[in-house]
Amino acid sequence: MNNANETLIPKIGVITDVRIDTPDIKTFRVVTTDGKKAFDHKPGQCAMLSIPGVGEAMFSITSSPTNTEYMEFSIKKCGCVTEWLHQAEAGQQITIRGPYGNPFPVDDVFAGKNLLFIAGGVGLAPLRSVINYCRHYRDRYGDIDIVYGSRSKADLLDYKEIIEEWSADAGVRVHLTIDNAQPDWDGHVGFVPNYVKELGFDTNKTAILCGPPIMIKFTLEGLIGLGFDKTQVYTTLELRMKCGVGKCGRCNVGAKYVCKDGPVFRCDELEELPNEY
Amino acid sequence: MLKCSLDKIQNLFAEISKSAKLYLPVDGKDGGASYGEWSEGVEWSGALNTTKSPKDFFFPQTEDLMAFKTAGKSIEIIDTRSESEDFVVFGVRACDAKSFDILDRVFLSEPQDSFYAMKRKHGIIVTAACTKPSETCFCQTFGIDPASPAGDISTWKTADALYLQANTEKGTALLEKLGAILEECSDDAVNAQKEKTAAIMQKLPLKDLNTDDFGGGKTQELFNNPAWDELSQSCLGCGTCTFVCPTCQCYDIKDFNTGNGVIRYRCWDSCMYSEFTRMAHGNNRLTQKERFRQRFMHKLVYYPENNDGLFSCVGCGRCLAKCPISMNIVKVMKKIGGNKGE
Repeated sequence: MNNANETLIPKIGVITDVRIDTPDIKTFRVVTTDGKKAFDHKPGQCAMLSIPGVGEAMFSITSSPTNTEYMEFSIKKCGCVTEWLHQAEAGQQITIRGPYGNPFPVDDVFAGKNLLFIAGGVGLAPLRSVINYCRHYRDRYGDIDIVYGSRSKADLLDYKEIIEEWSADAGVRVHLTIDNAQPDWDGHVGFVPNYVKELGFDTNKTAILCGPPIMIKFTLEGLIGLGFDKTQVYTTLELRMKCGVGKCGRCNVGAKYVCKDGPVFRCDELEELPNEY
Repeated sequence: MLKCSLDKIQNLFAEISKSAKLYLPVDGKDGGASYGEWSEGVEWSGALNTTKSPKDFFFPQTEDLMAFKTAGKSIEIIDTRSESEDFVVFGVRACDAKSFDILDRVFLSEPQDSFYAMKRKHGIIVTAACTKPSETCFCQTFGIDPASPAGDISTWKTADALYLQANTEKGTALLEKLGAILEECSDDAVNAQKEKTAAIMQKLPLKDLNTDDFGGGKTQELFNNPAWDELSQSCLGCGTCTFVCPTCQCYDIKDFNTGNGVIRYRCWDSCMYSEFTRMAHGNNRLTQKERFRQRFMHKLVYYPENNDGLFSCVGCGRCLAKCPISMNIVKVMKKIGGNKGE
């Protein structure tokens, strides 16, 4: 068959490393069978991973495009495909296809701006790609603030990288919070939306939000309260997907398909969509 | 214009099937017509249309995408695609012929769906003009003339002959092969038939149904219309409307473990099903009302918004005939669109 570039037909990927991040999140390092990156991507884009016989699902690519050796996926155990992946060991082959979706506008809109990243739980996974991209091209961006919260200290994704690398960067401020106080935690305690309000950011920033829908809702309200305009806030949507290219109909909301028109949306664009995402 | 005397129509079918598989509407035991492969003695159904639409030929109800062999930690992908051969779909009505344009915009837009594209490349559509449109027909609402169907070849059947006209290169090439059976003729008979059909169209109950209140950009206006509650109240979520619909194109991708490997296939799915949008972290359309609204908003607002105003309905009337609770797009258009066309 000459039409080998059929989008639904994946490549074989190999899991070369599995890192246990939190009690329910693992980060998988993936390359092709010849040890290379499966494809290039931009920050915020996604890939379809599958295990034949189990199923296929869309995941955000958590590694930065500036990583030329491999891709990483931080995956929370919450369904059939993810349960199976969590049992996988290094050397396991999977299938991979992509990249899918619209990236964050890192090279135009974000250029020269102060950036405020706000993530909740596994919502840090897609933002890690953007954060590390912006850290790599540090001089292209202004100050970077990162607000990240999770249920407990153990549930903070990429904790080591945050403390050892992100916090050490010039002009990068990290603000961590957990939902409930615990003995080995001397940082902030409380939910992300409230913490954002307490920190009271200046509005000379572009905000990038990712997390559970309820966190996005209240954080967005908080940012509006601080004087932010919806055109300054970007977020991502997540709906069930099958094809990844806007044809199977599953992730259709209004005239948009989250797999190809999203997952990244500016918050004012979301207002034009019917409220069913 | 060419014609073939009706007493030679079996010869025509035999000639076509020499170069390509020929499918045409045939009467079933249950009274409905469905597409079947022609072989000697198979008669062309006189039914107004088939129960299921001909979208199956290009977008089959189930279709293998690829296969996998797994061994230990290894996976092998097996390409199960094969080059398809030319085939002729004969007797397609004007509404269904238009549905291929609508499906093309989904499957042939970038990135092209090669499974669909392959079948479109090899399929030759021979349409048949309607002479007795029924009370469930409303193709004219979407600008379709049932007396002038599109397709690679258009045909008109009269009491004694079948008139044929090629519209594309594919159609011309096929007609050239049938030269011995066909004879040149004037288009008087066809024009007379078109006039007669046009007169019937003026008497159809749905002739005034229009799309004025729908189209791209109407999401905010129509989405929160309170009438969705009442309209969707008795919807069973059976999905029959989507399965008989020539333009419904949502699909699922599933894996089947054969015991000797895995086959990944796609199959028709329906936005009317609760599973359609259900995912690990929840379901964005929890009620039948939301699912019901999605189907009609997609056909009447979202699809046209993305496709230059083209609606994703061709007025074939199948959903009117088949819905177990007699709900359908016509009722939706009348109610949501302000009770027009009564």
